[in-house]
Parts: sequence; structure tokens; C-alpha cells
Amino acid sequence: MSRIEGVLKALKSQGRKALIPFVTAGDPHPDETVALMHALVAAGSDIIELGVPFSDPMADGPVIQLACERALKHGTSLRRVIAMVKEFRETDTETPVVLMGYLNPMEAMGYETFADAAADAGIDGILTVDLPPEEADEVAPLFAARNLDPIFLLAPTTTDERIRAISEHSSGYVYYVSIKGVTGSASIDVDEVARKVAHVHELTALPVGVGFGIRDAETAAAVGRVSDGVIVGSVLVDTIARHQTDPKALHQALTDLLNPMRKALDSLAQ
Amino acid sequence: MSVKLTEDMLKALPDSRGHFGAFGGRFVSETLMDSLMTLEREYLRLKEDPEFQATFDKDLADYVGRPSPLYFAERLTREAGGAQIWLKREDLNHTGAHKVNNTIGQALLASFLGKKRVIAETGAGQHGVATATVCARLGLECHVFMGSEDVKRQSLNVYRMKLLGATVHSVESGTKTLKDAMNDAMRDWVANVDDTFYIIGTVAGPHPYPLLVRDFQSVIGRELREQSVAQAGRLPDALVACVGGGSNAIGMFYPFLGDESVQLYGVEAGGLGIDSGQHAAPLCAGRPGVLHGNRTYLMEDENGQIAGTHSVSAGLDYPGVGPEHAWLKDIGRANYVSVTDEEALDGFRKLTRIEGIMPALESAHAVAYGLKLAATMDKDQVLVINVSGRGDKDIHTIAQLDGIEI
Ligand SMILES: Cc1ncc(COP(=O)(O)O)c(C=O)c1O
Repeated sequence: MSRIEGVLKALKSQGRKALIPFVTAGDPHPDETVALMHALVAAGSDIIELGVPFSDPMADGPVIQLACERALKHGTSLRRVIAMVKEFRETDTETPVVLMGYLNPMEAMGYETFADAAADAGIDGILTVDLPPEEADEVAPLFAARNLDPIFLLAPTTTDERIRAISEHSSGYVYYVSIKGVTGSASIDVDEVARKVAHVHELTALPVGVGFGIRDAETAAAVGRVSDGVIVGSVLVDTIARHQTDPKALHQALTDLLNPMRKALDSLAQ
Repeated sequence: MSVKLTEDMLKALPDSRGHFGAFGGRFVSETLMDSLMTLEREYLRLKEDPEFQATFDKDLADYVGRPSPLYFAERLTREAGGAQIWLKREDLNHTGAHKVNNTIGQALLASFLGKKRVIAETGAGQHGVATATVCARLGLECHVFMGSEDVKRQSLNVYRMKLLGATVHSVESGTKTLKDAMNDAMRDWVANVDDTFYIIGTVAGPHPYPLLVRDFQSVIGRELREQSVAQAGRLPDALVACVGGGSNAIGMFYPFLGDESVQLYGVEAGGLGIDSGQHAAPLCAGRPGVLHGNRTYLMEDENGQIAGTHSVSAGLDYPGVGPEHAWLKDIGRANYVSVTDEEALDGFRKLTRIEGIMPALESAHAVAYGLKLAATMDKDQVLVINVSGRGDKDIHTIAQLDGIEI
């Protein structure tokens, strides 16, 4: 059983939902990312999605674009991101880490080299925004052989036929993108998301995480009610941007954001 | 190494997943997949629909002014002192470039699909103008994304778009040029996918764009075959076209891919020289990677981050290139070369002064290389340069380089 599967099973048996923060690695500075990851865990996170910065993040809004620019300015390469996870694993062997990014840095590194390094560092899952399963022939067996969970996106526009096919190619969880739009844009229609996620549950046995547009505890709870986990991104990255120069204040601000979400999600279990 | 391309081989490309050999494909976020699959299905249907094709042909004739002439450049031929130089005059099209061939086709697709809102990216502004033009004609809402650097250097085209009723969005992210305009157009499309048609301006992007843009632009090469036989008495020996994303080049080359005797030359922007690193020549100096929905040659650093590009010509200032060109390079069917900013400016001046034809700075790259190539060929050989657009839009840039304020 993969670390991701283990964590999600354990949560499910307790009737709890996963809190999954997303931050861009290397933002505000590569030296701060590992400490930041530990802070996210301390604030109640179950799984960490770690963004790999890319020069052309086509699926991201301005908040994450700017985070990529900050991280790249300090030389945050994919190799360096992998090294961060390796360092994180020295003291945390429990919390699953999913790399989320775009294909080209992986292609430039070489898929096999990347898969080896990712597995060696204790990375658990790979979510490649611009890699639909149709194009994943080459990477899928490399990931599978190293127990790296391939995590794919489902969107409001995804047909039933594709939901089934994508789920076949996925392990760990599937990531339902709650809105038509880039990260950090419109607020979500909770009822619409609930209806759609319930439908996704009918088509796949995999856990369903929901992300895009979750900015506060109330929305987290509303989405948690119908899903297996909530992914919180832009609001955290925005907070990082606002506290770039003060790591202590930053950790406090992230804790202040995540704690209420954790509580709201756990209140669903009662 | 070169392979003989049979008609069957050519018909089979791209394959059903949009691949040209190792290149092309559909690398986009999931939200867009359904739209791209619908577009592919509808396009393949309409491609065989006589009504759609008849409307397209009629628009090209009556609205664009096709066929564009094939012109024998007698004085330029004498200047080069080698092969006969002929010019395919895409600069004479309505709106002043080849770009309109494609926007007519895609706007027709948008209408057939019932989409009322159109978006486009643009570099030099020619594709933006061509898109704004067809949208004005069809009454479609038009949004053009343009890097803020390009907004500055192509101010004339920005104003043309506004006059035509389009909204121009100045893009401030990344390098503020064509690639960033394309990123923002994609972002807009993800958010408005239900009612919006994205008119991509070149043979790049996810499948089926490289296929359909190539098909729409192939009118250039189809006309040229007939004109060359009628006017020069034979097929050309060499074709020369500039390559930004590669749409004017593929449109010219495609109908000749099976003719082994026809040499193909794609001219990339060498900027300040390939060795300087300040250029936009991914086929000459890049390596394969994935950007904007397809696998192709890219300019990137060792970590897979897309590199900044430089060219005096905004329309060539792009770090990628259409996947079909990447494939033609790898199988050795086409040659990809580069000329520097300075050589291109020299080409611009020569064509202007010797033939009275002012080419776009993009096309001037093809002119510069064509002159060099012609000099190495025999006098009875036929070389055709694609003059993809006219130079009015670049006059500010050229005046500035000459230190003149206008
Ligand atoms: C006149 C002209 N030629 C060429 C190009 C380059 O595009 P492509 O390589 O797709 O023909 C442009 C792009 O703006 C252009 O305006």
C-alpha cells in the first residue's frame, strides 16, 4: 500500500477528510521550503502538494505565476525540489508528498532519471498538469515500477467516459478541479461541486480530492462534506507572498489559515 | 538522411492523437480536453463538407483576394546572380499577411460550432489584426492577447485591432512577448471554454491546431504549384520561408512534401547570432520538449525552463515551433537555417530598393536567406521566396534603428 493510500484509508476509517495544502517549492526561497513543509504538517495537513516552479504555468493564475517567478529567480530546479523532499523525509516519514507541476522540467531531466530520483527522495505521487493519460504511455510504467502514484485531474468538462478512463490510469486519489478556470480565480458554486463530485464517486472507487477556489474554513467544510479531501493552494501562496521576508510571521499566518480548516473538516466527523 | 514521403504516409500524419512522429500531441490541462476533442471531430467532419469548403474558398477569393500572385523578381535575380528568384506575394492579401488565410478558416469553424466569443494571441500583431478583421465581418466578440513588449513595438497594429472593435489585452507576465500572450490566451480559454473559440495563429498548440492551421494555410503551396508550372514552366527547385511558429512555411511546403526534387528551407530568427544565445531559432539550436500543448523543439535551459528569445521581428520571437517542422527536420525532409537581425534588415532594404516591395521583418528573413541561396544555384533553377507579409507595421522599428523619429 502506498503512503498516500495508507493515509487516506486511515482517515476514511475515522470518518475524517484530508487537508491537502499546495505550496510552490522554492517560494519565497529554496532554503525555507523544508521548514515550511514541516509547519504545514504541524498545522494539521495530511498530504502536501509541492509545486515545481515552471516558467510558463499555463493552468495557473497570477498568484501562482508570481510564486513560480520568485522560486525560479532563486534557481529552484526540479532536482533541487527533489532534494528538498529528501531533506523533509529525514524527519517526516509519514506525510505523503505529491509533486505537482508541468511536464517539460521532467522531460528535460529525463523521465527515468526523474522517476529514480523521486522514488529515492521519498516522493509519493506525481501530478503533471499538462499530461493527460493519453500522452502518459512513456512515464506511466516508470512511475508504476517505483510505486509513484500518478494523480490526474478531472474537470467540470470531463465526460463520464473520460472520468472512467482517467481513473483507470490513476492511483492514490483523483483531483477534481472545482471550476472552469485557472488556479486562484472565481469562487466556487458549492452545490454544483457537490453534485459533480457525487457523480465522480459513482464512477470511480478512488478517493476524490477537490481543489481550486477553496479559500476558507467554511468552503473547506462544505467541500469536505462531499469529498475525501480538500486541496488549498492560492490562498496559501498568497499568504506566502505577503510574508516573504519574515519566516516566523509566515508560519504563524499559515497556521492561522489551516487550523480553522482542520477544525471545520474534523467537525464533519462528529 | 532523407526519406521519400509517399502520399499515404503524408495522409496518415498527424496520427489520431495528433502526433507527427515523436512530436505534436495534446499536452493540456484536463479542462480543455473535451473542447479539443470536439474541435477535432467537428473539423474532420467539416473538412469533408462541400458547403464548408465552398464557403472557405469563396471567402479566400472575394474577401482575401486570392490567389496571391507569383511574381518574377527580375532585378533581384540579377542582384543575386544565380537562380531565378520568384516571390509568392502573401503580402498582398487583405490585412497584409498570410495570417488571414487561417483566421478565415477558423472563424468559419467558430461559426459552424456556434461560438460567439473569439480569443487569439499575437506577436507582431498580424494574426491579431487578421482575427479582429474576421470577427468584425462575422459579428463575433474578439479578445486579443499580446505581450506588453510587442504592444510597444507594434503600436500600429494595436490601433488597427482597436479600430476593428477588438479588445487588446496587454500581457505583463514572463518575457512579455508571444509565448506569454499564448499562456494568457490559454488561461482565458480554460475559464471561458463553453462559449469561446480560440483562434491560434500558427501551426503550434495542441492537436488539432497544427493540423487545421496547416490545412488552411496550404492554399499557399497549392496555388504555387499551379503558378510555377504555368509561369516558370516547372516545379520550383527551392522554397524559402521564414519560421516563427511555422504557419506560412508549412502552408508553402506541405503540397510539395512528396516532391523530392523540391528543396525546402525554413529560416529561423538568428537574432544577434546563434552563438550569442540571443535568438529565436529552436530548430537550429534547441532541443525537444513540451510547451503550449505539443512536443516540439524548444529553447530552454538545462532544467527545462523556457528560455527568453530575441528577434528584431516580433512575429518570429517565439521559443517553440510547430511540431510538423520538428518532424520534417528529424526525417531530413526540410532544412532549417537562420539569419541574423542585421541580415534580415539588409534583406528588407534590398527588396524595398530593388523591387519596390517592402516586406515584413519576418518575411525579410526569408528574403535574406533566399538571396544567399540563389547565388549558389544555377541560372536555370527556380527559387521561390514566400513574402509572408508586408512591412508597413515595421516602419517604426526600422526608423528607430536608423535613428529617425517619425
Ligand atoms: C508577416 C509574418 N510572417 C511570418 C510570421 C511568423 O509566423 P509563422 O511562422 O506562423 O508563419 C508572422 C507572425 O506574426 C508574420 O506576421
